[in-house]
Amino acid sequence: MKNQKRWGLFFFLAPVVLWLFVMIVLPHIDLLVMSFRLENDEGQMMWSLGNYLNFFEEPIYWLTFVRTALYSILVTFLTFVIALPVAFYITKVVNPKYQGFLLVLLLLPFWVSELVRVYGWMILLRESGVINHFLLKLGILNQPIEMLYRDSTMILGLVYTSMLFMVVPIVSVLDSLDNSLIEAAYDLGANMWTILFKIIIPHATPGIVSGSIVVFMLTLGNYLTPNLMGGKNSLWFTEQIYNQFIASFNWNQGSAFGFLLLVLSSIVVWLGLKLTRQNLKKVVQ
Amino acid sequence: MQIDLAVKDVSKNFDDFVAVDNVSFEVADGSFFSILGPSGCGKTTLLRMIAGLTEPSAGTIEIRGKSMRGIPPNKRPVNLIFQHLALFPMMNVGENIAFGLRRRGDAKATIINKVKTILERVELTGFDDKKVDQLSGGQKQRVAIARCLVLEPAVLLLDEPLGALDLKLREQMKVELKKLQAKIGTTFVYITHDQSEALVMSDHVAVMNQGVFEQIDTPQNLYNSPDTPFVAQFVGDNNTWSGRIRQCDQKVAEIETNDGRLFRTKIQQQLQSGDEVDLFLRPEAMLIEPDADLANLNRFEVIVKDLLFDGANSRLLANPLDADTELLIALPQTHQYDYIQKNDKIEIGWDEQSGICFPRSQKMP
Repeated sequence: MKNQKRWGLFFFLAPVVLWLFVMIVLPHIDLLVMSFRLENDEGQMMWSLGNYLNFFEEPIYWLTFVRTALYSILVTFLTFVIALPVAFYITKVVNPKYQGFLLVLLLLPFWVSELVRVYGWMILLRESGVINHFLLKLGILNQPIEMLYRDSTMILGLVYTSMLFMVVPIVSVLDSLDNSLIEAAYDLGANMWTILFKIIIPHATPGIVSGSIVVFMLTLGNYLTPNLMGGKNSLWFTEQIYNQFIASFNWNQGSAFGFLLLVLSSIVVWLGLKLTRQNLKKVVQ
Repeated sequence: MQIDLAVKDVSKNFDDFVAVDNVSFEVADGSFFSILGPSGCGKTTLLRMIAGLTEPSAGTIEIRGKSMRGIPPNKRPVNLIFQHLALFPMMNVGENIAFGLRRRGDAKATIINKVKTILERVELTGFDDKKVDQLSGGQKQRVAIARCLVLEPAVLLLDEPLGALDLKLREQMKVELKKLQAKIGTTFVYITHDQSEALVMSDHVAVMNQGVFEQIDTPQNLYNSPDTPFVAQFVGDNNTWSGRIRQCDQKVAEIETNDGRLFRTKIQQQLQSGDEVDLFLRPEAMLIEPDADLANLNRFEVIVKDLLFDGANSRLLANPLDADTELLIALPQTHQYDYIQKNDKIEIGWDEQSGICFPRSQKMP
């Protein structure tokens, strides 16, 4: 009986363990090993910290790195600022009948691939694009302006891509917020802002933190949107990694960058959890 | 005497549903006023309008003589205790109570002082640092009251705050609330569907049904001389007979009931012979085996169907002879009536002054 149970557990767990081990753990070990290997002057591979030193010695590398981190934090914050009112509207303001419908509307853009969505934005924003066309027609502009390939455009695209991952967890925590708490605060003399900061946000913190972790990770690791919408001037650290692997064929340098990104995201998430006094277990629920 | 709260001709419609229909009343300073009604009668809507969480469709609400039209809840000198109390789980007891004071911008030292004083008042000294979910039901209740009282509102509104408590605690809190109100002297407006809560605690009670006030009176008057059939049935238990007036003068009518009995009863309003009437009679108005020499009694015989033992509130369930009208008769637990068994035939008598008679109404609950 006990044996059977154990076999059952093994049977169901095996694909997951296998998947994690073969597809995630093994390649990472390989990459980790590779990141500490360097070709010396004689063309032989040897152990070295050179790849990591390169990162610190070459300003373009660590500047991109810092830029990516700061912009990811900014994108996460902007997404939160937009997602909170949206989630509040869906859970508390609108007639419950339409709640599901609104959530589906939110989901709808995610039925097409990110590539298509980014191209959609490009059609809207480019020099000969839809928005420029209308602005010219209306006489607001004399000549078209290039709205693509700026940092702000890239942030716009990243926020747009991340919206859903912030709205859904916040909707689920706000659902559990008793309306009478809001009314009680209002009755006791609080204005809208106090209610927001004293009642709604403290209650929604677990959802906000879990949404933020997801959005931050996705943004940090995004390649498509910064590459297509950000253009040449807006380097993203993932592009540096891509360049090392594909353009320079320097897999050792690429893996070192990859691990630096992994460490960075872990540190930022850890800091975020510490600052909001949440723990991972509670947030993941 | 100062009037703390005056509600004048207030109505509230939701689309084509009338929740509150032209209600007016006044509450004097320092009194305990209850609104009693079945669920869905519009009492919560009325309370929310006083608190400012809902705007009335018509009419005015004045608090200490000032019209509250257009004033949002956070600017009104009233506070509401919610049905489920709505204590803030993200704050401890002290922060919960200080919430309103902080919003008002009181000085820090004042806040600490006031919180301490009010916690003493509700006998929760030293509970500042407790979390809300560490409190018992009765303690939460008192924190909710303290959180409102610390703001010294002109009127404290209470929305069935005892509803969620178990019976024993509810009985205890009833008395405590009454004592607390007497001690601090704040005007209370209390809504409930539980008649015993309303009767025990209040100075005045308004009975509400389908959006209108049926009667505003002291608890004693509501019970002893209800104005409408609804009040007669809703406040306390009542036995009902349907019948027709055989003959009557200004004060007393002779009624022939549908099960063929003749009763004499006092009447409060002008009635004519031949009128269809409903006769109401309290369980305790019926005397079991009354003395033969008592005058002015309506006497008849009943068959005991069942003994409903409920301590001091015990009843007999009985049918009049040859009829299937069900009667509830108070059974005093004085051992005097211990001999009564199921299926016994006993004589019942009631004084003609204790009957309450109304013309037959169309809408009976």
